[in-house]
Amino acid sequence: MYSRILRSLPREKAFYFFTSIGNYTGDSGASLKEFLEKICEVDVKSVEFHFHRGDFQKWIDEVLGDKELATKVQALGNLGFSGTMLRNRLYNIVAQRYKELTSGSNVEY
Amino acid sequence: MKLKNNVVTLDALDVKILKILQSDARQTYTTIGRNLGLSHSTVYDRVKRMEQSGVIKRYTTILDAEKIGARHITAIMTVFTDPKQSRKVAMELCKSSQVLEVYTSLSEELLIIAKIVAENQEELHEFIASLVAPLPGVSRIRTSVVTKKFKEMQNSIVDALGNSAFVKEIYNR
Repeated sequence: MYSRILRSLPREKAFYFFTSIGNYTGDSGASLKEFLEKICEVDVKSVEFHFHRGDFQKWIDEVLGDKELATKVQALGNLGFSGTMLRNRLYNIVAQRYKELTSGSNVEY
Repeated sequence: MKLKNNVVTLDALDVKILKILQSDARQTYTTIGRNLGLSHSTVYDRVKRMEQSGVIKRYTTILDAEKIGARHITAIMTVFTDPKQSRKVAMELCKSSQVLEVYTSLSEELLIIAKIVAENQEELHEFIASLVAPLPGVSRIRTSVVTKKFKEMQNSIVDALGNSAFVKEIYNR
C-alpha cells in the first residue's frame, strides 16, 4: 500500500505547478518525494494558487492514493494560512507523512 | 495567374476576384463579373484555375458562436520549449480541436504560440495542465485570456497581398 503511494508516476500523472490559470512554472513532481522537494522551490504564488483550488488534496488522494495525507492537507485550509506560512505548514505535513511512509515503522497493509 | 517553380503569381484581377469571394463566397460568377466589368466566363476560368492550383483551398462557413449560444473563451498560449522538441510539441498541439492556430517564433528563446478556445477558464486550465504541460520538452507556459476582440480578419492574406509593393507594381502595368 505504502509503496503505491511512494511510487514514481508517468509524466502525464505528475503534479504540474502553475501560478495562475494556464501559467505553468516549469516545475513538476512525479512522486511524493519530488512533490515534497518542489513545495520548497516553487513560487509561493503557485502554492497558494493550487492550495485554494484544492489541487494538492485532489492529486494526493486521486493520483497518489493517500487519503490520510489528503485529509491532513485539506484540514490546513481551516487555519487561514497564506504565503510562506502556508508553504511551511504544507511542507511540514507532507514531510512528516513522507518520513512515516519511508521509515519502516508503519506496518504495510 | 502564372505558375513558376511551383509558386503561383496572382495578377491584379485574381486579387480582386479573391477579395470579393472572401467577403462572400456565394456570389455568382455573373455578379462578380458585373462588379469588375468582366464576363461570367472570365471569372469562371480564373476561379477554376485558382481552385486547381490550390490558391483557393476550400469554401467554408463562418459561424457567430454567440448567436448559437456557444459561449467560450479564447486564450493565447505561449509555450517555451527545448528547441530539439519544439516541432513535436507543435505537432501535438495541432492534433487538438481546442487549438485553433499554432505558430513557432524565435526571439530570445524558441516559442510556440497557440490560440486556444475553451468553454471556461477551468476547462482551459485543465487542458493546459493535463495535455500541454506534460508534453516532453515543455519548459514553461504563459497564457493570456482574451478579454476583448478589436479585430479579426478572415481575408487578411489577400488584403495584405493587395497592398504589397509587388501587386501594386502589377496594378500599375
